[in-house]
Amino acid sequence: MSPPLLEARGLSLRYGAVPALDDVALSIWPGEVVAIVGESGSGKTTLLRVLSGLLRPEAGTVLYRAPAGATHAVHDMGEAALRRLQRTDWGFVHQNPRDGLRLGISAGGNIGERLMATGARHYGTIRGAATEWLKRVEIDPARIDGLPRTFSGGMQQRLQIARTLVTHPRLVFMDEPTGGLDVSVQARLLDLIRALVADLGLSVLLVTHDIAAARLLAHRMLVMRQGRVVEEGLTDRVLDDPQHEYTQLLVASVLAA
Amino acid sequence: MSAVPAARPAEDAAAEGGEDRSDGSAGRLAGYNLGYLDENTKRMIRRTLLKAVAIPGHQVPFGSREMPLPYGWGTGGIQVTAAVIGPEDRLKVIDQGADDTTNAVSIRRFFARVAGVATTERTREASIIQTRHRIPETPLREGQIIVYQVPMPEPLFRLEPRVAETRRMHALADYGLMHVKLYEDIARHGQVAISYNYPVMVNGRYLMAPSPIPSFDNPKMDRMPALQLFGAGREKRIYAVPPYTAVKSLDFEDHPFQPVRAPAACALCGSQESYLDEVVTDDRGGRIFVCSDTDYCHTRQAAQPREAAE
Amino acid sequence: MSWALRTEGLGKAFTLHLQGGTRIPVLHGVELAVAPGECVALAGPSGAGKSTLMRCLYGNYGAGEGRILLRHHGAETDLATADPRLVREVRRDTLGYVSQFLRVIPRVPTIDIVAEPLMERGMPRGEARARAAALLARLNLPARLHGLPPATFSGGEQQRVNLARGFAPHYPILLLDEPTASLDAGNRAVVIGLIEEAKRAGTAIIGIFHDAEVRDCVADRLFEVTPMQAAA
Repeated sequence: MSPPLLEARGLSLRYGAVPALDDVALSIWPGEVVAIVGESGSGKTTLLRVLSGLLRPEAGTVLYRAPAGATHAVHDMGEAALRRLQRTDWGFVHQNPRDGLRLGISAGGNIGERLMATGARHYGTIRGAATEWLKRVEIDPARIDGLPRTFSGGMQQRLQIARTLVTHPRLVFMDEPTGGLDVSVQARLLDLIRALVADLGLSVLLVTHDIAAARLLAHRMLVMRQGRVVEEGLTDRVLDDPQHEYTQLLVASVLAA
Repeated sequence: MSAVPAARPAEDAAAEGGEDRSDGSAGRLAGYNLGYLDENTKRMIRRTLLKAVAIPGHQVPFGSREMPLPYGWGTGGIQVTAAVIGPEDRLKVIDQGADDTTNAVSIRRFFARVAGVATTERTREASIIQTRHRIPETPLREGQIIVYQVPMPEPLFRLEPRVAETRRMHALADYGLMHVKLYEDIARHGQVAISYNYPVMVNGRYLMAPSPIPSFDNPKMDRMPALQLFGAGREKRIYAVPPYTAVKSLDFEDHPFQPVRAPAACALCGSQESYLDEVVTDDRGGRIFVCSDTDYCHTRQAAQPREAAE
Repeated sequence: MSWALRTEGLGKAFTLHLQGGTRIPVLHGVELAVAPGECVALAGPSGAGKSTLMRCLYGNYGAGEGRILLRHHGAETDLATADPRLVREVRRDTLGYVSQFLRVIPRVPTIDIVAEPLMERGMPRGEARARAAALLARLNLPARLHGLPPATFSGGEQQRVNLARGFAPHYPILLLDEPTASLDAGNRAVVIGLIEEAKRAGTAIIGIFHDAEVRDCVADRLFEVTPMQAAA
């Protein structure tokens, strides 16, 4: 089988005396959706930030395999190269769309930004791509010049996804993408993510405490507690036959996941 | 330098009040160092200028001094001029293209007194031109220096409020956001709605604010034979464009940059090419267009047969 | 003897940490072998562990002990120790599972639910949907329902969607957990026909059939699952 796209080993990080990450290892392969679940404070968001290069671990390495086959140590590659990676090969979908969108810039401008950042200089082409992506995330293309602050929470989140995926990244980091949304809106968003991931063959690292979302989207799952991965494996096996005490508690606390 | 002032129209000499003196040292005020600034400060600014010239378009911080005029009146430009001016120089100062506005007159008089330099209103004669908001219509030549007064050196400041982030964007040439602004303009107005301080890429590397000159002047910056220096006093930044450096106004392939000019001829000299100011002439809404560059307009008027100009 | 799936000393126990670490042994020493084209029905009283065994065979439950060997891409693969990505690949290409209940995915039309496993194998969308539509029609699910998500369907309709999804890819090994529980006589006959066809095509089938009529019709032999059978 092909080598992993992203491979992390021995990641450790402390916030003061509190271990946020304690010897965490993780790999993700092309086309795979991996969920990282656990309660608040379990270290899952910290792990996502370390893996995506936003945060430097005290120990451990994160290796990323570029399309050409070269392997980069994410935390040694330098800011310019890392940024290039973050706006081309990678994407980041934040829990709060305000962190991932420019609220004072039109929907079309938000989608076009990554294209322009990577050199697109044809207005008509950029606008065409923005229109196309609004359709794909089920936003009326007539809203292309509307400001995101006039959009509902679910629309903002779908816009953020369009803005992230427009450059066809290979690896997308998602931090609680359905957090803070109504249940009905969540379902629509989850389904949209699911369809896009399958169509584009994306690899996704998904942080969530929503077990149902993880079951719907993820092929594999890691359960984190107090900075450690306590259990990992196939999503349905982890959820239907949990081995660790904490996973059993987590699954038992969820209604009909 | 010639001790004989160039022949000039009578009304100019009158307006100048005989201030246009060429024997610098004789007119210099006692008690001030040449150019007002002390030598250590001038050395500091010159070092900054050397660095700025070496990295075209890059904003270099400098220890901006208190000057005897308020921020916003050209303290940055004055400090740059003070650091490069010598007794041999001949200085022209314009404000919105005009040599005869308060700001231009004050700064010219300031340097005449503290540096004892000759001054002029003629673009061709000047060795240093300090400017607020215009580039003269007469093409600048090798050996000349144009000093721009800059209120806000950061072209990204309205788009990205975090200064540290704007620096990182410059360092990484991460300028997608600036194009987003242009995109927004076209989406909303059908065209880029920036009529002055139109952002440029310098030497294909740094995004630069050209100071609030009209976008009409932007093409003059490209491969200009003269040295272009920019001083921002309040923001404590200096940047530069060396002679013959590529300066490109940002645009899209399908919405190319287009300098804007009022579709009229100058009411005084009849120019169809120069940048025009709109002047209200009475209380009933009457208005005319005249050249914003007064030297250019006077020169053209003087060259025309007298009856035509009257 | 040639086999498609075989277990060796398969055992499974659950440890309930939330109930003081109670350990519940369910399977022990299960030795099951199924040949291509053979249908084996799991038999035994309720609670004997038939469903647990099925879920172990699918990799849904982790095997506690022993091996689950199956022929995958021509090679012998142990599902009990396989890496999650290999399990996914086995499920994509070799091993199908029709559970009693359809796990509904919101907003996805019925036809795409059925076509999905085909497309995952690389079948073009149009071809996959055509095969899905034909199978749904054979299972008497009217075409007007194909474009709707099955969330609002009756139990019997959902089960037929599930059956279509399980039979469409022609897996070499197919696990059927009470495939006819909520079906009427007409649809039971359709399912029997599907099973017979699959067997003729060489599919190894393991099933739980509470419906004796269906079981007698399709099963070549019974495999008795008794509580802790091999412990005896």
